[in-house]
Amino acid sequence: MSLHLARKRTGWPDAALGAAEVMDPPRTWRWVGVAVVAVGLAWILYQLLTNPGFQWDIVFRYMLDPTVLRGVAMTIQLTVLVMVIGIAVGIVVALMRMSGDPLLIACAHAFVWFFRGTPVLVQLVFWYNLGALFPDIGLGIPFGGPKFLEIPATVAISSFTAAMLGLGLNEGAYMAEIIRAGLLSVDHGQTEASKALGHSPAQTFRVIVLPQAMKAIVPPTGNQLIGMLKYTSIASVVALHELMHSVETIYSRTYETMPLLIVAALWYLIMVSILSLLQSLIERHYMRGWRADAHASAQP
Amino acid sequence: MTRAPQAEEQPLVRISQVWKKRGANIVLRGVDLDVHRGKVVCLLGPSGAGKSTLLRCINAIELPDRGTIHVDGQAVGVRETPGGNIRLRERAVSRQRAAIGMVFQGFNLFPHMSVLDNIIDAPVRVRGESRAAATVRAQELLERVGLAAKARAYPRHLSGGQQQRIAIARALAMQPKLMLFDEPTSALDPHLTDEVLDVMKGLALGGMTMIVVTHEIGFARQVADTVAIMTDGVIIECGPGREVLSVPRDPRTRKFLAKSLAEAA
Repeated sequence: MSLHLARKRTGWPDAALGAAEVMDPPRTWRWVGVAVVAVGLAWILYQLLTNPGFQWDIVFRYMLDPTVLRGVAMTIQLTVLVMVIGIAVGIVVALMRMSGDPLLIACAHAFVWFFRGTPVLVQLVFWYNLGALFPDIGLGIPFGGPKFLEIPATVAISSFTAAMLGLGLNEGAYMAEIIRAGLLSVDHGQTEASKALGHSPAQTFRVIVLPQAMKAIVPPTGNQLIGMLKYTSIASVVALHELMHSVETIYSRTYETMPLLIVAALWYLIMVSILSLLQSLIERHYMRGWRADAHASAQP
Repeated sequence: MTRAPQAEEQPLVRISQVWKKRGANIVLRGVDLDVHRGKVVCLLGPSGAGKSTLLRCINAIELPDRGTIHVDGQAVGVRETPGGNIRLRERAVSRQRAAIGMVFQGFNLFPHMSVLDNIIDAPVRVRGESRAAATVRAQELLERVGLAAKARAYPRHLSGGQQQRIAIARALAMQPKLMLFDEPTSALDPHLTDEVLDVMKGLALGGMTMIVVTHEIGFARQVADTVAIMTDGVIIECGPGREVLSVPRDPRTRKFLAKSLAEAA
């Protein structure tokens, strides 16, 4: 407190020192808060160190277990692919909805309605069992025309493709709404100014509208990405060996449930922390021109 | 008019029988107007008269429902056929717009780009100029509008008057044959309007063809070769600035001018 005041007092001309200084009110209750939090933390730490149920030796043994690492890799792979599909589908559907063309708008509405309106679990299992509806998947003329390419559904749809399609299309429906909201947040005058300069529609979208929309798109997309990282665990229903399923297979054999759940939780925490860091870097990039220090940062 | 146009000279802008509806409301009711090369035309009139709509039709930001606008002999935004005008695809329209500069009431600078990038983006991307050449030209333009030191600033950190001067420089960087101004000083504090009007006067002296929607009657009197008064979607009076503004024939023009002068006082 005294250090704080000392810093505030320096740098003022003598004439200013006579004027009443504006200060923060004393924060008596803060010390009570600090005490409560400190006691809470101490209890958690005590439990972590002394409770034998955590079985830390087993946790550390399994952290780098090959089965667990394969699960981590699969979780990352699935999350990345699902989000890529989701964002690509989302951009297309959002543009369709904003195109002004009645047919495209109706198609976009139908897509969002269906994939947002049915549970992901149902969609996953549906894709996985697609062979029951269509024994062969092929490319050709519909209604009995000739087929150019045909493969059995059981070959085309593995548990990975089922998870990728189920989660990806569902994510696309949500991303479409996030992207549409972002595009709507950009002032229409920006589009007009861009058009007036002779930009083609694609240039107007890519160079002027999308970078500004990103400011509103990135935070909820980061949220979706982090949610998706954990939500991929639902793919264990189609027997995909992502992180959660790998951990389950181990503890169903060894009955070391608690430590292995901790292994999974730690891995998820590590991955989410990295993603959060990336998100804040990307957000900072798209805040160009809006930051108070924008002028300074623009200097070479 | 100071110089009589040669009888054979084709106008740079020819607006013929332009009609436009917005909802049930007819905002343009058969507007005709010619603008010759190097001339400055000021569109005056009460708000809601259709001045801005007409201006936005000239570079096809909006399309009229009926009638044709020719710029440099070419129909804007449409392909003329005996049966009527057929809308062009956006890509084709954007090529036409590249030759027409436009300055907006709300500046509409791109907030995520530095001043320099605002100016050079279209010349590089649309006209295919090299970054280096575009940058040199941008610096010249910035000097011309008195903001040479602001190349690396972001729009948000500039005053309204500075932003509007940058917007003018941005439009000029495309080397347009025509400049459209849509109430360029209406969003500015009174003490900032002059710095923008001065830049526009300089442009007019340099021989730029300009169509200016404005409420600045003083500017119109001083700079315009032709003043057109619009009310209710038609041009009711059109002629040399001195005549129209000093001895208006139409009673509606008289009423509008009296009201504007009372507001300015």
